[in-house]
Amino acid sequence: MSTMDLPATPLRRWERFTLAERLGRALFYLIALTAIMWSFKTIEIIPEFLYDAPQQTVDLFARMWPIDWSWYFPVVHPALVETLHIATLGTILAVIMASGVALLVARNITRSPILNFIGRFILVATRSIHSIVWALFFVAVFGPGALAGTLAIAMHSIGFTGKFLSEAIEDARRGPIEALIASGAPPLSILIKGYWPQVKPAFLSISIFRWDINVRESAVLGLVGGGGLGMALDTALANLYWDQAGLVLFVIFIVVVVTEILTTLVRSRII
Amino acid sequence: MDASAPQQTRAADGVSRSLIIRNLRKEYRAGVPVLKDVSLTIEGRGLTAIIGPSGTGKSTLIRCINRLVDPTSGEMIFQGQDLATLRGKALRQARRRIGMVFQEYNLVERLTVIENVLCGRLGYVPVWRAWLRKFPAADVDRAFQLLDEVGLGDFANQRADQLSGGQRQRVGIARALMQDPDLILADEPTSSLDPKTSFEIMELIARRAGERDIPVIVNIHNVELGRRFADRIVGMSKGEIVFNGPPAALEEKHLLAIYGGEGWLE
Repeated sequence: MSTMDLPATPLRRWERFTLAERLGRALFYLIALTAIMWSFKTIEIIPEFLYDAPQQTVDLFARMWPIDWSWYFPVVHPALVETLHIATLGTILAVIMASGVALLVARNITRSPILNFIGRFILVATRSIHSIVWALFFVAVFGPGALAGTLAIAMHSIGFTGKFLSEAIEDARRGPIEALIASGAPPLSILIKGYWPQVKPAFLSISIFRWDINVRESAVLGLVGGGGLGMALDTALANLYWDQAGLVLFVIFIVVVVTEILTTLVRSRII
Repeated sequence: MDASAPQQTRAADGVSRSLIIRNLRKEYRAGVPVLKDVSLTIEGRGLTAIIGPSGTGKSTLIRCINRLVDPTSGEMIFQGQDLATLRGKALRQARRRIGMVFQEYNLVERLTVIENVLCGRLGYVPVWRAWLRKFPAADVDRAFQLLDEVGLGDFANQRADQLSGGQRQRVGIARALMQDPDLILADEPTSSLDPKTSFEIMELIARRAGERDIPVIVNIHNVELGRRFADRIVGMSKGEIVFNGPPAALEEKHLLAIYGGEGWLE
């Protein structure tokens, strides 16, 4: 019996998207295209500058070369050490403050929506202000130098660190916590023996990752008076000593690469 | 009838270990009771197995006893207190007299075996001792002794996540015993284990609790395992107790009443 003899059933059709969905997608593409064209109009490209941009770039690099290595030990090296100190101390301060806020935000620890909200607000507020802006604020309060830079790094890092810490706390398995509750353990002991062992790997990973970011951020904070390599760069640029500026940029590049390698190594060993 | 006085078996310190549950009710959603005014007296010794289909309130019942779940109404009298009304420190002190063994073991996986056992003392030791890992010497010694008893004497310094399921449950049992409890609750302690290991775990719970005259309440899927180790069987169906008696009295008609249907009994 051939298939021709079967009663005719309508072919079943399949389409990934409904008509409304297809129209919606087309509209989305249209909006995205408009936004891109609009952006190009807004940034006001000046043709004259655009034409000689390659020439200017080559010129800048030419002025940076040869790099003034002799400037390293008297100025750049102390600045580099200061940058690393700012990043490290800033990260430690941030992690301490963020731990408190993270406990406030984590809904499995703090059962009050109002306190959760307050914690969340602190995280968003500290993070939404860029570390350069924090640095400007602290330079105004404490004067220029490493203290302002350190506090700027610390304040701006609370948001990032606290957000990921609170998520790690909320991801802790409930079962072991229940077991400790059932044994009559007081809340602090539950925190230490139930949550901390579960959160510890994320805690270390987040702290190291943030330190990595902070090394990069603290390298430019000096441009607004936050101490470290940025101040050396600022001095060189102000004096138009391009060979010295070249040295600072080169050192920043090396530092970023080395911290990247270092943190990747350490993180892969923890996790 | 539950009004009859329970047999007053007593622990070494003279405190009764019996538990009297009266009209225990739990509604997760108002008007939809999971436990329908359950009354049950657990004598101060022996193993009571609660059997019944999934979703019938066995787990809720056992979790109400140590208040991992708060009952909607009813009372649970244990050592002269109504467990249902305790709060704060009084609740914690009652909880440390009640050990619990879980289906998923619920060990802190990144801690060592011995530390997991010592977690059974967290209700007794001050926070700083827990924090600095300075448990009293007597506790540490007892933890080692309990590990020997459950057959894990050589595993003290292994991390809990390196153990097999059966080994983890042994640690769970040692942790519960570490509380020096007057009652042990076991919520499906064998459901994640293979048949042979299940048998061994049930035997271990029955023996180690029996030696110490600690009453045990265990939720169990496996009727045969329950029958074999229990001194008493409680059958539940739809939030109510439909059978309560010695294992020998549990007949097919009771199983029909508990689980419904019949094809599965063939």
